[in-house]
Amino acid sequence: MIVSELKPFPEILGYLEGENRIFIVGCKGCAEVCHTGDEPQVLEMKEKLEQEGKTVSGYCVIDFLCDKALVKIRLLPHEADIEAADSLLIMTCGIGVQATAAVVNKISHPACNTINLGGARGEWRGSERCRECGDCVLDLTGGICPLTACTKGLINGPCGGAKDGRCEVEPEVRECGWHLIYERLKKLGRLDKMEAMPPPKDYSKMQPPKELRSTIMWALEQEETKV
Amino acid sequence: MSLREALKNGKFAVTAEIGPAKGVDVTEFLENGELLKGRVDAVNITDQQSAVMRLGSLAGCCLLKEKGVEPVFQMTCRDRNRIALQSDLLSAYVLGIENVLCLTGDYVTLGDHPQAKPVFDLDSVSLLQAARELEQGRDLAGKELKGSPKFLLGACVTPGADPVEPQLIKMRKKVKAGAEFFQTQAIYEPKKFEAFMQEAKKLGVPVLVGIVLLRSAAMARFMNKNVAGIHVPDELIEEMDEAENKAQKSIEIAARLINEMKDVCQGAHIMAIGLESRVPAVLDAAGL
Repeated sequence: MIVSELKPFPEILGYLEGENRIFIVGCKGCAEVCHTGDEPQVLEMKEKLEQEGKTVSGYCVIDFLCDKALVKIRLLPHEADIEAADSLLIMTCGIGVQATAAVVNKISHPACNTINLGGARGEWRGSERCRECGDCVLDLTGGICPLTACTKGLINGPCGGAKDGRCEVEPEVRECGWHLIYERLKKLGRLDKMEAMPPPKDYSKMQPPKELRSTIMWALEQEETKV
Repeated sequence: MSLREALKNGKFAVTAEIGPAKGVDVTEFLENGELLKGRVDAVNITDQQSAVMRLGSLAGCCLLKEKGVEPVFQMTCRDRNRIALQSDLLSAYVLGIENVLCLTGDYVTLGDHPQAKPVFDLDSVSLLQAARELEQGRDLAGKELKGSPKFLLGACVTPGADPVEPQLIKMRKKVKAGAEFFQTQAIYEPKKFEAFMQEAKKLGVPVLVGIVLLRSAAMARFMNKNVAGIHVPDELIEEMDEAENKAQKSIEIAARLINEMKDVCQGAHIMAIGLESRVPAVLDAAGL
């Protein structure tokens, strides 16, 4: 799940300055659970905008907005309302805003901020986080990721900032990642791994290869091309 | 005698530090440099210390050098990527600066620009590796340099860290990566420092013990609560509390600590943090 939160209303109004007719798109995916894009939130947003003198030309709440083929199909019945609008306000995460913006011919405004969860979380969601860096160093750290567990993402840690095993940043909530790595390696009797001298990290591997830039939802993509 | 020579000859080296001002008025900065001239072997210029934006270390080092004070160029990895860091190393050398202290750096949120994008493309170890590579005529991309620099590379360590083993492991890595001397985080417990040096001395690299001048008991308590790796024992806090002349007491304590620890290390690094005017008195009191 991707976590979104509604932007402050004044910020949203700022985006809509000079615009009068808005079409709202909601999302029944993660945004439903986050109470940011489901029908009640869409209706509340409609009311607030109308109180500010805006006209809501229409709205549509789609199962999930993270696939543009699905968005395009579901928005078809609303073509006239969207055409009549100055812009769209999308109430969901950044993925949904981008997907919608790709299939409409009007400006799309994001109504939400997407909250950083500290890295990819695996398909069955535990506490582990992965930055998908393309150059895994877990062998050196006893299986604890220094990019996600260490605030600074150090390959050679710890820094001098940790106090009582807590990070110098938000010590109440963050443990020192390299302290965890040290304890883990000590437990395994493999502190020799901490003496390793890896070369500086190759951050160019964090760019996805060409093949992975498209989607795997090929079936829906076929439908989309017909529409 | 340069810092390199002092360390090589086994002289008890003394270094101090100045944090540049936030701005371009360098009057006080130059006054502090003048105060320290001739009394210490070199003066560190901090690099956006505590992630607070200030005049740069490179500029500060050049200004000091002009005044005849040997600088130590502090570099952190918080604000610049490997391209900029390698470039700044070359720039420093060309400007006559050879002493470089390679640090990881405090996180951005500790300073006054918490919205800034943290870099940390390199860390203290890989920065040392980069400097070493440049000395050998290549950069991190393996490209040949047109003329190579030569540095005296330093690093830091926190003897008061708990646990201290990770610090020692990293210290070994720093030496392997090229560190030729260490300046420590402030330590107020000679016994603890002695125990630390039992291990650290095996690396055969000079260590300059860090001394932070105490401004007041309140400052000591603040550091105990907020600064990693620093612990001011209760006895010293009480001494500061009970002292009528705080300035005099802080000088006395600093000198005493230097004397209690000088036999197990190769020098002292005095961090005055605004009280640079007291450093000569500390050195007098310590007989240095």
